[in-house]
Amino acid sequence: MIEIQHLSKTFAGADGSVEALRDINLKINDGDIFGIIGMSGAGKSTLVRCINMLERPSSGTVLINGRDIGALSAEELRKVRRRTTMIFQSFNLLMQRTCLANICFPLELAGMKKAEAKKRAGELLELVGLSDKANAYPAQLSGGQQQRIAIARALATDPEVLLCDEATSALDPKTTRSILELIKQINERLGITVIIITHQMSVIEDICTRVAILENGSVVEEGEVSKVFSNPASDAGKNIVSPEERALLESDIDERIIRLVFNGSAAAGRPVIAQMAIDEGISANILYASTRFIGDKVFGRMLLGLPRESDAAERAIAYLRRSGDIFAEEVERNV
Amino acid sequence: MFDKLLASEAVSEAVEILCNDMPFALWETAYVTVLSTLFAVIIGLPLGVLLVVGEKGGVLPLPKWLMGTLNVVINLLRSIPFLILMIMAFPLARLIVGTTVGTTASIVPLVIAAFPFVARLVESSLRELNPNIIEMALSMGASPFQIIVKVMIPESVPSLISNFTIAITTVLGYTAMSGIIGGGGLGKIAINYGYYRYKYLVMLFAVIILILLVQVFQSLGTRAATRCDKRIKHK
Repeated sequence: MIEIQHLSKTFAGADGSVEALRDINLKINDGDIFGIIGMSGAGKSTLVRCINMLERPSSGTVLINGRDIGALSAEELRKVRRRTTMIFQSFNLLMQRTCLANICFPLELAGMKKAEAKKRAGELLELVGLSDKANAYPAQLSGGQQQRIAIARALATDPEVLLCDEATSALDPKTTRSILELIKQINERLGITVIIITHQMSVIEDICTRVAILENGSVVEEGEVSKVFSNPASDAGKNIVSPEERALLESDIDERIIRLVFNGSAAAGRPVIAQMAIDEGISANILYASTRFIGDKVFGRMLLGLPRESDAAERAIAYLRRSGDIFAEEVERNV
Repeated sequence: MFDKLLASEAVSEAVEILCNDMPFALWETAYVTVLSTLFAVIIGLPLGVLLVVGEKGGVLPLPKWLMGTLNVVINLLRSIPFLILMIMAFPLARLIVGTTVGTTASIVPLVIAAFPFVARLVESSLRELNPNIIEMALSMGASPFQIIVKVMIPESVPSLISNFTIAITTVLGYTAMSGIIGGGGLGKIAINYGYYRYKYLVMLFAVIILILLVQVFQSLGTRAATRCDKRIKHK
């Protein structure tokens, strides 16, 4: 378990000091895929670097399995870092080493014998599906392949925690999905706790179990992804989850609005809204929709407009709640 | 001065001198250049590394006074003209090789002149390295020493080779000057025959061969640097 307690970080700059993190308190359970989301400059990267002490916190503590990481000696910290590895936005592979040698790198650091390290690296190449690239150099690989090699390298020393710093931000959507799939597999098969830093909501939706929203160096919201994303309480949360929805709610539409959230609902094969019109005689106005199908599951959100003067809204909510795992609720509006 | 440059007796005389002296001079020049550069790299490489890792925020921060001294000494040695440095290095040459004249003795001032230059070249090579790579190594639990020998130097090899090529051609130029204090090689031939005995044709030949040597060193170095750079997708 990782516990971050009262963590603050202040950078001394030329024109005064900058508070990058303010009193952060988080608890990350073993086996979680924990997402930390925020806009650029929110302090995400600083926060993740405080977990392995690449950045020293100005105050507060980080406990990994009860051990205060900040109080360790240099040698002990290096050992902890071998079990708390990291992948990066820019992959950070050693460009003058082959893929196999890149994966051997952390093993060499740990003092493993060459032959043994190579054998282990070979297994990891297989795990990430790039056995044929053992002797290729990173420059010959695509971005997605480079990130796979970086993941294999991060797994070499049998870590308990994998820190992902914007690991998919430099990749296209399709490659992003395949890398996330790989991270999820690793989490499930090897039981590694994953901490993901990102500004992309889709990344959190796809694989995270819990999420914290970071804004101006503070955690403004934290909890299960499905809960936080279906009904964000903070302004920052609302902005991240659906900036379009926000704009819509502030407009002067004279309708009652229902928010639907699909969190892996098995509704892909059915025309839910059309069916509702047939079954209940409710004709809903689709004001906003952003849904994606992954496999036979649907993810995303939708806003429906319903007439003000009837109980259509209540009936629609009840109907939709019955039809699969759709989260439906009326949106409070100050009109 | 050049009016009788190509007179027939001048040419035949020059050819005779060149045939007699040139092979050995060429060997001496090559030997002094390579050996001096090698020693300069042996001393300059670690110093260049220290200049980068030892600074504030570096991988292995060193005390400020130490870094300050290192920088001053390097700048100081770099600012002394080579001609003067050769004379100032006499006592040290006597101490190390037992004499102040001759080819081997000229290696001493050459190394003194070249190692601070090499240190600066190494420094600039290492600074080109992406700092994210060093952060990655730290995040994997690398010690400062491991970062130097497993990351900084290996990742900078192409750039280091390019810079060592610059060093070797510079040292080659210096060896020619060492002819003045009795160092052997092409410089000695150019000065002894061309300057002291007015045999300009011989001097001209010596210079042409020096030019060719620079070309050879430079193209070999550039090729080696490109060949070993795995960032280039040439395969």
